Amino acid sequence: MSGEPDVHEEFEARLKAYEGRPAAVTGVGKDPVNEPMIRHWCEAMGDTHPAYAGPDAVAPPTMLQVWTMGGLSGHPGRAAAYDELLRLLDEAGCTSVVATDCEQEYLRPLRPGDEITFDSVIESVSARKTTKLGTGYFVTTRTDVHADGALAGTHRFRILKYAPAHRRSKPRELRPRPVVNRDNAGFWEGVARHELLIQRCTGCGTLRFPWLPGCNGCGSPDWDTVGASGEGTVYSYVVLHHPPFPAFEPPYAVGLIELAEGVRIVSNVVGVPYDKVRIGMPVRLEFRRYDDELVLPVFQGVTP
Amino acid sequence: MNAGDRLPPLEIPITRTLIVAGAIASRDYQDVHHDPDLAREKGSPDIFMNILTTNGLVGRYITDHFGPRAVLRRVAIRLGAPNHPGDTMVLTGTVEQVDGDTATVRVVGANGIGTHVTGTVTVRVPA
Repeated sequence: MSGEPDVHEEFEARLKAYEGRPAAVTGVGKDPVNEPMIRHWCEAMGDTHPAYAGPDAVAPPTMLQVWTMGGLSGHPGRAAAYDELLRLLDEAGCTSVVATDCEQEYLRPLRPGDEITFDSVIESVSARKTTKLGTGYFVTTRTDVHADGALAGTHRFRILKYAPAHRRSKPRELRPRPVVNRDNAGFWEGVARHELLIQRCTGCGTLRFPWLPGCNGCGSPDWDTVGASGEGTVYSYVVLHHPPFPAFEPPYAVGLIELAEGVRIVSNVVGVPYDKVRIGMPVRLEFRRYDDELVLPVFQGVTP
Repeated sequence: MNAGDRLPPLEIPITRTLIVAGAIASRDYQDVHHDPDLAREKGSPDIFMNILTTNGLVGRYITDHFGPRAVLRRVAIRLGAPNHPGDTMVLTGTVEQVDGDTATVRVVGANGIGTHVTGTVTVRVPA
């Protein structure tokens, strides 16, 4: 795609001409509504709604689109106009696709044995948009799904056809390496074994973290280690919005974690949206691999 | 059920297995939902959940809450930050409107990188 506006305008006009044209004409569902596909879906979703099992089972309404999918063998019912539109976008470099919106209305339940047919129209094609994934066009279709000839539901679907912003072309940014020296080597050896080791002064028994050559309490240079249980709480935290550092995608939460043993460690709080991290939140240790050489202890938020 | 009611959150660990199982159960063989290398070539750091799975999870969240009589009438969702393996999505919902036995619920699904899904579900709960 070139940078000249009039070229884009002309291309957009060609795309706009597809609005209102059919995307599928009397497409036929590859399988009638059936119990095995319903069960596989419910297993994947963890959905145990009683209406979706047993002798009078109905299909989960949210499966509406599933019955129209082409699967590995493609869409025989697809109209020429839709394939043409997708080809035009492919040729313009918009070879990737991602779905962004789905609006479904359910008019009658689908039951095992129902034969599915569907008609689909290209509702709109957007102007050229630049997104995080790349630059492309939103294509919206509207599909009427029929079961044994009667309208069972409607399905509006929006995809982004885009030219990928090749992230791979620049080398992947790696996290900074830890500085390992004779005073803290034992800590990193523990991390490699998925153990978080706390130093313990063998003179006075005081625990210390991060690792240091001597005890702040009694000055003794002698120590052994205690493995952390992995339980902890957020003692304090910051959310980093700016500036971005290589290998870190803001916003993210950096926590000062108080371990059950009483010492504190700085690390990422993971598995919780950055804006949901709170002081006092219980967290649990886990080890994450960030690249071939780097494993780090991080803390998974434990929501009650 | 009353307007303003908040649904208890539902936490969904986004495993690689869930993403792939959801894609296959929905007959969606787009490589970005099962092949990490091809997903990266398309500008994504890893595979990500397909919209049909998100749709199914949003529907499940609502019927889990409203119980065995609940019937979905409409589900409208918009996707934002993708659900990648290793993340957790937390679904929350607020009843926006109640009309007889039918409720409209605003649903948000947040993951570690932002808002994965926002949507509106209309559900009928016959007495």
